[in-house]
Amino acid sequence: MTGNRWLRLLLAAGLALALGTASAAETQLSGAGGTAIYPVLANWAAQYHELTGIAVNYQPIGSGGGIQQIEVGTVAFANSDMPLPSATLRAQHLIQFPALIIGITPVVNIPGIKPGEITLSGPLLAEIYLGDIRQWDDPRIQALNPGVPLPHMAIITVHRSDGSGTTFNFTNYLSKVSPAWREKIGADTAVSWPNGVGGKGNAGVASFVKQIRGSLGYVEYAFTLETNLTWTRMLNRDGDTVSPSPAAFAAATQHADFAKAADFNVTLTDEPGAANWPITATTYILMRSNYARADNRAVIEFCRWFLNHGQEQAEHLNYVPLPAATVQLIEAYWQKELGL
Amino acid sequence: MNSALVSAASHARSARQRRSAAADALFHNVTRGAALVVLALVIAILVVLLVQAWPAFHAFGWHFLTGSEWDPVHQRFSALSSICGTLVTSLIAMLIAVPVSFGIALFITELAPNWLRRPVSTAIELLAAIPSIIYGMWGLFVFAPLFGEYLQPWITAHIGNWPLVGVLFQGPPMGIGIFTAGLILAIMVIPFISAVMRDVFELVPPVLKESAYGVGCTTWEVVRHVVLPYTRVGVVGGIMLGLGRALGETMAVTFVIGNSHTLGLSLFNAGNTISSTLANEFSEAVGRTYTSSLIALGLILFLITFVVLAIAKLLLVRMARREGGKT
Repeated sequence: MTGNRWLRLLLAAGLALALGTASAAETQLSGAGGTAIYPVLANWAAQYHELTGIAVNYQPIGSGGGIQQIEVGTVAFANSDMPLPSATLRAQHLIQFPALIIGITPVVNIPGIKPGEITLSGPLLAEIYLGDIRQWDDPRIQALNPGVPLPHMAIITVHRSDGSGTTFNFTNYLSKVSPAWREKIGADTAVSWPNGVGGKGNAGVASFVKQIRGSLGYVEYAFTLETNLTWTRMLNRDGDTVSPSPAAFAAATQHADFAKAADFNVTLTDEPGAANWPITATTYILMRSNYARADNRAVIEFCRWFLNHGQEQAEHLNYVPLPAATVQLIEAYWQKELGL
Repeated sequence: MNSALVSAASHARSARQRRSAAADALFHNVTRGAALVVLALVIAILVVLLVQAWPAFHAFGWHFLTGSEWDPVHQRFSALSSICGTLVTSLIAMLIAVPVSFGIALFITELAPNWLRRPVSTAIELLAAIPSIIYGMWGLFVFAPLFGEYLQPWITAHIGNWPLVGVLFQGPPMGIGIFTAGLILAIMVIPFISAVMRDVFELVPPVLKESAYGVGCTTWEVVRHVVLPYTRVGVVGGIMLGLGRALGETMAVTFVIGNSHTLGLSLFNAGNTISSTLANEFSEAVGRTYTSSLIALGLILFLITFVVLAIAKLLLVRMARREGGKT
């Protein structure tokens, strides 16, 4: 009798499980990639689930991890803060298009200095990270900051210890503004840092900068605000001093010609223009062109929804949504690459 | 009737014997299988590591072990800074942890009043049960700021200018670095070593100790000439357990070591260990050479642990032989 009851319970549980997985398989999109997009993507996913019943399961494992996952075909889409060259995309049957604009800000921990009180430039950042400038009261820093009381204190640079799209865009910027950086170090998701300490993830860098006096690091803008770090202003290519803000990031996209670049392969660092923030980046969605049409259509529908209706949430979380013109370009790209 | 009963009984007994013989054989085979699986696993891990690490060894040769650059952009990798970091942090940890653990175990078993033994023992067991990430977070958020603010500047000012030793304690006070990692590791392995030492010290037959006391030995003499020789194997085993944990510890070290591939003399510099490098970079490693270099690091850690264990065993064998020669 009791055995019978157990058996029935087991059967019921098994049935429920089977039904559950079956229905989940129908309405689930899996993605993986960078951590930068995760806060807003999670938000979008929750709202999309409410609207359509389709669950988007995104794992923030890092841009490099996302690229690997989509290459081996275990996820429906991936995210990367670093664009892939067209040749690689073709070889791997991948397509890529932008999803959002993000800004990267230098952050410092100097006693007595408040957010926005000190100004840095690209060449200065490169010289500090190369170890040519070692003290905060170096005349080269003081020249950009007349009247600011900079202490005689060693600069300790903080970088990402894990491979990261943030590092790619930051080092890409340094390579553009400093020939020495380009020759010695280069740009990638992880580089051979000449000095300093490494923190894991944006959170790791933020906590090191908070703790180590005299430190200088770089984190995503959303993180700067979240952790109340002391951000710096930047001297941009046109010689203007700008503070980081969604408007300044958006300004960097004005000259970015997504229409001309193959597969939207444009880095937004060191763009010309008066009010723009020099370390701006695009984060990309990667898809496979050889997945079943229906599977890709489900991903496209989600992307179309957040590109057209997710702007408010993105702005709320201090990201910059793509301009409407770029969204149209993406629609045309989908049509061309996937016929969807 | 009677004989029929007896024969039935003997029949049943022999059936039972046969069954139990079959069960014995089954049990024997199952346990042997379990033991062989462990052996097979170790060999399989070694083979997989060797195969996957081969591209890195092939590309860099001996330079992989002796060079110090780690450059993902130009795809040049070598392991020296990670190997040094692993060995140096573990060495610092053992230098601190072994004497302290010895003191703790000695105090609990020989000196402490009875009412104090149990609370101290329990506290140590509790420390051993704390997950390593908690130690890492404590190290990063509590210990490192205090260390960098108060202790480090003092050490740099007072010891940093000594000849020879001074270079080990120079550099800006960051709070984190190789020295901090070693300290955190020491705190982490102390519970393991002292718990094992306490257990084996308690195993010493009271009659041995009492006779030593009886002929007028001091407590120290009893420990030195009775307790330690009797518990040698257990003590070395406990130290090796701690060393093994220190060599392989990942998260706590990743939190406080600073994760830098530069190789410097100062213990206050940021550094890295093999396991912290793997934790940081494995998920994002793109390309065959990069991944293979990381797996090669894993292989090196495997070999280091193996060598450490082998040395410990050799040590014990030699000590046993010397003991045998004496008597």
